[in-house]
Amino acid sequence: MADYIEPTYAEVNKDVLRSMMETGPKYWALLGTSISVAGICFFIPWFYQLEVGIGASGMNRSAVWGTYLSNFIFWIGLSHSGTLLSAVLHITNSSWRKAIYRSAEAMTLFSLVTAALFVMVHPGRVWFVHWTVPIPNQMDLWPNFRSPLMFDVMAITTYLTASSIFIYMGSVPDFAAVRDASTGLRRKLYTIFSFGWRGTAKEWHTLGWAYTFFAVLVIPLAVSVHSIVSWDFAMSLVPGLHHTVFAPYFVTGAIFSGTAGIVTVMFLLRKYMNFERYIREIHLVNLGKLLVLLSLIWTYINIMELFTTWFSGSSYELEALEWRLTGFYAPMYWEMILFCAVVPMLILFKKIRTSWKSMLIISILINIGMLSERFIIVATSQPRKFLPDAFGFYFPSIVEIAITIGSFAVFSTLFLIFVKWVPAVSLYEVKETLKPLLRTS
Amino acid sequence: MSSVLDKFKKYTKPGYYDKFDYHWTMTIDLDRCTGCEACVVACQAENNLPIVGEQQFAMRREMKWIRIERYWEGEYPNIKLQFIPMLCQHCDQAPCEIACPVFATYHNQDGLNTQVYNRCIGTRTCAVYCPYEVRYFNWFTYHWDEPLEQQLNPDVTVREKGVMEKCTFCIQRIRQAKDAAKDDGRRRVRDGEITPACVQSCPAEAMVFGDRNDPDSQVSKMARNSRGYHVLEELNTKPSIVYLKRVQPDG
Repeated sequence: MADYIEPTYAEVNKDVLRSMMETGPKYWALLGTSISVAGICFFIPWFYQLEVGIGASGMNRSAVWGTYLSNFIFWIGLSHSGTLLSAVLHITNSSWRKAIYRSAEAMTLFSLVTAALFVMVHPGRVWFVHWTVPIPNQMDLWPNFRSPLMFDVMAITTYLTASSIFIYMGSVPDFAAVRDASTGLRRKLYTIFSFGWRGTAKEWHTLGWAYTFFAVLVIPLAVSVHSIVSWDFAMSLVPGLHHTVFAPYFVTGAIFSGTAGIVTVMFLLRKYMNFERYIREIHLVNLGKLLVLLSLIWTYINIMELFTTWFSGSSYELEALEWRLTGFYAPMYWEMILFCAVVPMLILFKKIRTSWKSMLIISILINIGMLSERFIIVATSQPRKFLPDAFGFYFPSIVEIAITIGSFAVFSTLFLIFVKWVPAVSLYEVKETLKPLLRTS
Repeated sequence: MSSVLDKFKKYTKPGYYDKFDYHWTMTIDLDRCTGCEACVVACQAENNLPIVGEQQFAMRREMKWIRIERYWEGEYPNIKLQFIPMLCQHCDQAPCEIACPVFATYHNQDGLNTQVYNRCIGTRTCAVYCPYEVRYFNWFTYHWDEPLEQQLNPDVTVREKGVMEKCTFCIQRIRQAKDAAKDDGRRRVRDGEITPACVQSCPAEAMVFGDRNDPDSQVSKMARNSRGYHVLEELNTKPSIVYLKRVQPDG
């Protein structure tokens, strides 16, 4: 990192705040496209489906779960790295985290919101979805606490709440910086957002203490969320889903796809918001190493899944496995193996690890692989369970495909709005990493 | 002291779980079943099942609370066709019941696995968890054309889109019989007073329905037959339907 000049404190403020205050036509064009794609591909098909019924999807009997659920897992998974990684790195005192954690946490938050939208798209009568929440009522009706779906509702709302508080708390000093640099309505707004932050020693102490407390709290929460999502599947009797390995499998997969997602978002922020001085090669290399590790764990768990299925000798399991490996969706399965187990090994080469473009391609391929993984889990297991007469087949309808595409637009819309409201790079934590000498220059 | 112990036992094992007021059971004699599908039609008429149309049928979205599964055995000249009527097994340890987040499906005092349409939010988890694939989802709100709505059974709800449904063992008939028994001053329903639509319509009398808690009922006698078995017994769902194996002349 020879050709890199450390910014001064004032430059940090200027660079990051500029990304919020100055809005070019490119940004508006991107935001407009995102909003219209989200509207056309996500909300209009969804409203159509609400009108006619879930029959608008390609689901049928014995394949009653489809892309809505697989996308839900994918988005929950993508949400995993942000807050989790940020918290782990905060506790282990890794200074390289400081430039990327804000956008990573934002990714968590907005993936969770997108996932929550899929919870709304999935059920047949979404207008009664609040019944899954334990609200005291005159009928004395409670949700079923034995149901893994119930755990899901609890886990996701808890995780969403904790991650929103975590990201907000970490942003308070930065909101104060925005307040100090702005005038008019924006200043008034950010005065409220920053809770009157003045930057006294006591405030910094409290913030540091509270932040570490939340970091410790969030880690087990993040692990539990995806374990619980996996139990939706693993607690059924369905061959191909009824595996004890599912909880670690889902958690690993989630962190894997989330880390790849961070690499993608980092590339875009660096390129389009001119954060070259803050998001540097060290971030790329460290995340690359993490990706290799996660890919190896993921591969190991996949091999174990195949092994335990074969070892069980159960004819149902073997039939499901055979269909997964050689049936209609086999090309997708092998594509997933290629993208998630083979391609990440390229990161072992230094040339690839240090190149932004190749890492961008690898990170996108990993997430395509993970999206297919979730689809395969849903589409190759429950249409073919026990009774051969009831064997079905699932292929998504146009409505489902549109909603899948639209979900990415929903996510990018939220993210684009976020970068104009919250400093996408943490000002005060970046300053902590600078050499003290520069304070005077 | 013993009363405290009893209370604790009752607490850890709620009464409805190991001892039912009734234990409605059905036996299906596969040796008698001809696969005529009269039961399917009777169920359709009794329980207001919609006709989904050709296109939806091709998409496997038909509604048949009872269906005849067909299994072919052997190669062409020596071919054999086996029928097995498949309907909700009303499992005592039903996988679907733990899955529902809102208790839309639960076990009632009669050992029935009931489905509360009003409570269902349509997550379809129960259908995924069900190993017998006997849960049917309302993909659309179905309509009955002009004169046909006159033949809807007034004792049974018409379901709307987004709701899961399945065989109820004709719970409306069970309820009527229990009410009649109460009006007569009897505590229990007599054997043979309740016949679900499928049992009633079976020309070969392959199906028998009754209370398994009564050891002298016809269904208890049938269930004790040495040919009796449960479908997918190894999953330990404890189904309430006993199938009687087909007698094969050549072993």
